[in-house]
Amino acid sequence: MTKDLLGIKELDKDDIIRILDTASGFKGVLERDIKKVPTLRGKTMVNLFFEPSTRTRMSFELAGKRLSMDVTNVSISASSVTKGETLLDTIRTMEAYGADIVVIRHSSSGIPHLLADNVTASLINAGDGFNEHPTQALLDIFTIRQHKGRLEGLDVAIVGDIAHSRVARSNIYAMGKLGINVRLIGPPTLIPAGMDSLPKVKVFHRMEEGISGADVVMQLRVQRERQKGGFFPNIHEYAKLYILNGRRLSMAKDDAIVMHPGPINRGVEISSAVADGERSVILDQVNNGVAVRMAVVYLLSGEKTSRMMEERRQRTEDRRQKTDHKLMPAQERRQGTKDRRQKNEY
Amino acid sequence: MPAEILNQKEISRVITRMAHEILERNKGSKDLCLVGIHRGGVYLAGRLAEKIETIEGERPPVGTLDITLYRDDISLRKDPPVIKETDIPFSLNNMKVVLVDDVLFTGRTIRAAMDAVMDFGRPARIQLAALIDRGHRELPIKADYVGKNISTARKENVKVYYTEEEQTDLVMLLKEGEQTEEDI
Repeated sequence: MTKDLLGIKELDKDDIIRILDTASGFKGVLERDIKKVPTLRGKTMVNLFFEPSTRTRMSFELAGKRLSMDVTNVSISASSVTKGETLLDTIRTMEAYGADIVVIRHSSSGIPHLLADNVTASLINAGDGFNEHPTQALLDIFTIRQHKGRLEGLDVAIVGDIAHSRVARSNIYAMGKLGINVRLIGPPTLIPAGMDSLPKVKVFHRMEEGISGADVVMQLRVQRERQKGGFFPNIHEYAKLYILNGRRLSMAKDDAIVMHPGPINRGVEISSAVADGERSVILDQVNNGVAVRMAVVYLLSGEKTSRMMEERRQRTEDRRQKTDHKLMPAQERRQGTKDRRQKNEY
Repeated sequence: MPAEILNQKEISRVITRMAHEILERNKGSKDLCLVGIHRGGVYLAGRLAEKIETIEGERPPVGTLDITLYRDDISLRKDPPVIKETDIPFSLNNMKVVLVDDVLFTGRTIRAAMDAVMDFGRPARIQLAALIDRGHRELPIKADYVGKNISTARKENVKVYYTEEEQTDLVMLLKEGEQTEEDI
């Protein structure tokens, strides 16, 4: 792994599996009476959210606290960004306070990538524009593995606004790397062109067709703010075509699970009966989110340590080269001293 | 040549003795439980429990403990260690907990294990059983039950093999820089 978690795109299969396996260990911690371990005592996490968020922010906050970190939350309205400070200055200030991990959410794609190279703290992308939301995809995959016991060869249907969904994007990257077959379902206006040319990805516009035989059905939130863009006529028509109800769910596999990144719009993309039904794992996703984020923070902290150790080793090496004469054989050194004495350097 | 410290037969005798000692000290197996520290301690805890069962007719509950998250050197290590399973499927409240480890060295693992155990409940007593005590303690920690005391140099390495993983049970002492056949 690298210093930061910017996106699933930057990870390889082994990284993903390592995060999932580590998260299993942390899941055990969350099932205890005392849900806290002293692992990262004295380290600091800053949650920098430039977009409203309750669950992701709370999930990161709990993850940090359960690792015994000091956690502070900065929200846009209370920050000095409104006073004209640049993003880079904001984040450097966080660093001056001693932040080891900075969790950032921003409405523009690529902001975490831009900042990562300019700070030594580890950056975690908690959602950047339409680009990625890597920890959500990781917790989705973790939840799938928990319920299905395997990943490779599964058929996962992702339904809804693919075009504006960073959750979908991160999941498509992750599932591609893990050998999961992805079916994207939604109206043509909400599925970016070229998606079906990706390996292991198929595009469907009719829900019944796409969902049949799926192992997992992942509904995305209808982002009501998109309706103004004219991507679909109105919310009722969308609901009619793409809502996940009992009848549609019966077309998927008998043991298919239902997922949703939340917050859910009951009666729009998911019916109440399905959301509260026994095949819904929506609350498992929330619960697993904390374990997965603990794993990411834990692994990045280790990465940061090894980087610091490497830098320290490098510094020692440099210093050693400067004082190289000490490593010279005694005779040469004495000769050198003699020469200098003759030249009256002493 | 690496020196052999205990062979399979000797290990078995040592475990029998330790089981008796545990029962003697605790006056039977009432409220007794064993918690093995990963990796070796897990196997040893299982064997001690088996022995206790043959002596007393009742098997004490056995848990496993991974102390990774309680280490004091986590920010000094290069790679974050892999987290193994911690499984204590019973309450530790008011129990006599015997921590089981294979090699007692600096005592730091035991310090971490005690902190971890405390997070699971409030035991009546914590005791420590170690197959090998090799000295060089860095903390005021002492084992209640020791399989064998050996004097070692700091840079030597005590390696324990288990039938669960290898062909035989074996304890070896490796000199500095010495490797076993399979390491080579």
